[in-house]
Amino acid sequence: MLAKRVIPCLDIDAGRVVKGVRFEDLRDAGDPVEVARRYDLQGADEIVFLDITASADERPTLFKTVEAVACEIYVPLTVGGGVRGCADVRALLSAGADKVSINTAAVADPDFVTEAGERYGVQCIVVAIDAKRVKPRPGQAGQPPKWRVYTHGGRKATELDAVEWARTMAAKGAGELLVTSMDRDGTKAGYDLELLSAIADAVTVPVVASGGVGTLEHLYQGFSEGGADAVLAASIFHNGTYTVGQAKQYLAERGIRVRM
Amino acid sequence: METIGVIDYGMGNLHSLAKSLERVAGNQRVLVSYDVKALLECDRLVLPGVGGVRACMNELRRLELSELVVEAARKRPLLGVCLGMQVLLDRSDENGGVATLGLIPGAVVRFPDPPPADPALRQERLKVPHMGWNRVHQTRPHPLWDGVPDDSWFYFVHSYYAAPQNPAHTLGTAEYSLNFAAVVARDNVVGVQFHPEKSQDVGLRLLANFTTWDGEGG
Repeated sequence: MLAKRVIPCLDIDAGRVVKGVRFEDLRDAGDPVEVARRYDLQGADEIVFLDITASADERPTLFKTVEAVACEIYVPLTVGGGVRGCADVRALLSAGADKVSINTAAVADPDFVTEAGERYGVQCIVVAIDAKRVKPRPGQAGQPPKWRVYTHGGRKATELDAVEWARTMAAKGAGELLVTSMDRDGTKAGYDLELLSAIADAVTVPVVASGGVGTLEHLYQGFSEGGADAVLAASIFHNGTYTVGQAKQYLAERGIRVRM
Repeated sequence: METIGVIDYGMGNLHSLAKSLERVAGNQRVLVSYDVKALLECDRLVLPGVGGVRACMNELRRLELSELVVEAARKRPLLGVCLGMQVLLDRSDENGGVATLGLIPGAVVRFPDPPPADPALRQERLKVPHMGWNRVHQTRPHPLWDGVPDDSWFYFVHSYYAAPQNPAHTLGTAEYSLNFAAVVARDNVVGVQFHPEKSQDVGLRLLANFTTWDGEGG
């Protein structure tokens, strides 16, 4: 039977690993090749790279980083950030990425997801959904929560409802959804489990939980309450609080099937 | 010096596979090429593949590589990986049905869609694509398995799976709502549904076994 996955995430800015809080306040967290190799050796099931600056003039740096990392690791590598069209997908796959994550470009043109999936295979098309809770209006307390989709690395709000958008993207051919809670990102307060379970119940493609992990218990909750197929975390691994191996050991003890 | 040819038909990621082969190939050369003549001179061939089966077959035919694969399968050790494994069979249901190379009798079919969400069963929902690490059970001995522990974890990403007609053509199975052929073999032709180049040590071991396999014992 399929194992649940534990995925360290490396936010990349100008060729370095960085980590922010709520998508801001970036701090340096090391060299991407060294960090990725360390996680591979610790038993990471995949590694995710998010190019968080994604400005046009830094793309060659990203491709070089992806190439260097792909040579050093023997687990799948997902790369996202700044993917605008099929040419970007192709360039990242050629540089050594196994999957490409798309956010802004999918919102701009949902058919791009279909096109990229048909050309390169749905298995390598991940749609990243950055979602933020909509504050209930006065008198609406007690209503089910809602989340809005954001693009451009969390800088731009859309009118899209995150759960509806997840459904649309799965129907358009996304192979996987990477769901990040912007409210929780970097806070170490745990995943937004309501957001995760609402999306996991709405789609039949794998869901990766992201944003907010501070403890191993949070990883467990991502599976047990969030219904995720994979859990992504950054800070707890970058800080050396836990190794990936310790995280998987903990999950195994809690009855989650992981690859040891 | 022996040469391993990686068939490059312009689709997907050959980088990781070629790097992994180079790492385990000893003093053999790894040639990534779409040149039919150069590939026919190789001692072993690897047919990679990601993406849709129709685009894959179209490109293989356009570059006259489908004949090459069939020709190579007469004598050389040939390894299909992922979609490159699926096209070894007769046909695939993907993209509305596509005729494939027909080296191993059988079809490629889609995993059944998971039933509607039931909160109580959430952890057991089997999503499509089948994406992640799964154990591969070895159904019979083969030089490809040398030093690979039974029930090792390999990395899979696929929505369709191979169903060989002849059970003897299945070399290993994995379980995902049903038992499916994760590895197929017929004489000097083998195919793996998973990505050995993404499966850490056991994946590299399997690739190393292919690079020293003489095509016998299959």
